Amino acid sequence: MAQMDTASTGGNKKGGKKKTKKMSTRVDLTPMVDLAFLLITFFMLTTTMNKPQAMQINMPVERNPDDPPPPEVPAAKVLTLILGANNTIWYYEGLQSPEIKNTDYTNIRNIILDKKKKVEAAILPTDKIKSVVIIIKPTNDSNYSNLIDILDEMAIDEIGTYTVVPVTPQEMSLIDQFKNAGGAPPAVN
Amino acid sequence: MPKKKIARKSTAIDMTAMCDVSFLLLTFFMLATKFKPPDPVEVVTPASISDTKVAETNIITITIDKNGRVFFDMDGIPTKHALIDSIDRSMRLGLTPAEKQNFALSSGVGVPFNQLKSFLNLQPADQKSFKSPGIPVDTTLTDSNELFKWVAYARLVNPEARLSVKGDGGVKYPVVRAVFSTLANKKIQGHKFYAVTSLKANPNQKEGEEEEK
Repeated sequence: MAQMDTASTGGNKKGGKKKTKKMSTRVDLTPMVDLAFLLITFFMLTTTMNKPQAMQINMPVERNPDDPPPPEVPAAKVLTLILGANNTIWYYEGLQSPEIKNTDYTNIRNIILDKKKKVEAAILPTDKIKSVVIIIKPTNDSNYSNLIDILDEMAIDEIGTYTVVPVTPQEMSLIDQFKNAGGAPPAVN
Repeated sequence: MPKKKIARKSTAIDMTAMCDVSFLLLTFFMLATKFKPPDPVEVVTPASISDTKVAETNIITITIDKNGRVFFDMDGIPTKHALIDSIDRSMRLGLTPAEKQNFALSSGVGVPFNQLKSFLNLQPADQKSFKSPGIPVDTTLTDSNELFKWVAYARLVNPEARLSVKGDGGVKYPVVRAVFSTLANKKIQGHKFYAVTSLKANPNQKEGEEEEK
């Protein structure tokens, strides 16, 4: 195939003639095959690795005005997280609590897990909602990464019932009060 | 009596056949596989523990860059032709066949409808230099929410298409909320979608390996 017949031309072995070295025209293809397989491996691996990862998000479908109202959630099972600016989280327990606290994304896991444990310990067999309900309220100062982080946190902590709703003006004023209380006393109105 | 000669066989194997096969495979992989489609803008996605893979076909991609500009893209050149045809018809943009072809080959659009014609006038390679203001989006369903129109027509053209949102981590929440609530609308039925994220380790799996979820 890739080899030429060179043996038949130089038949005279006698006569003291200087022998010219016959070189084979056959090329060693091994490195070429090596290279080809290397490239095959590269293409096989990179193209399958490139598939982007994603998080599945299921938003609630918009409600009709005549739909039955959603079940009431007992205040004791609710934990509200308000995603603030500069990667801060404000949180409070219950539905309307003036006791608002401040934390960040590294400590939020313990707070969620504590609340989850507390709620699960207090569950009665008659309860309709059998786990903690987390309400996530991103403020306009939070960013997309905050939202994904907190949704991811729900997956990590195995929280089944959570919802994302807009923040209310009352909560914003509670945060302002908290901020003011840190340094100067809140302004008298 | 001449000695019987034992033919000396060479130990070198003929590599030609193997070389042929390997190059055939190489050509196959190079042609059959698709490289990562180019993004209309540079986006750094946030990380999550989810390792769900996004489908490569039948996918509508909504990209949000760090300045909150929204871009729309869809896979499949025939599908994109059908999409731009119906957009052109309903918005009366008066696009030429060449402009429609530029849309089919583009890597996504991020312009309002009134700038679409001048944007598609450019070749796909030059579209990156166009100053795209982003597709207008808000929480309403009026004409000001053009993303809603794009997604609605895309769903009509390809009812199987899934939605994926590829947002930059630094996007402010109001834009995210506008995009998400547009998708969650009943007319689009896009409340289930992918949020493209990069992968990070699950802290639960580090401690207990048996946890498989």
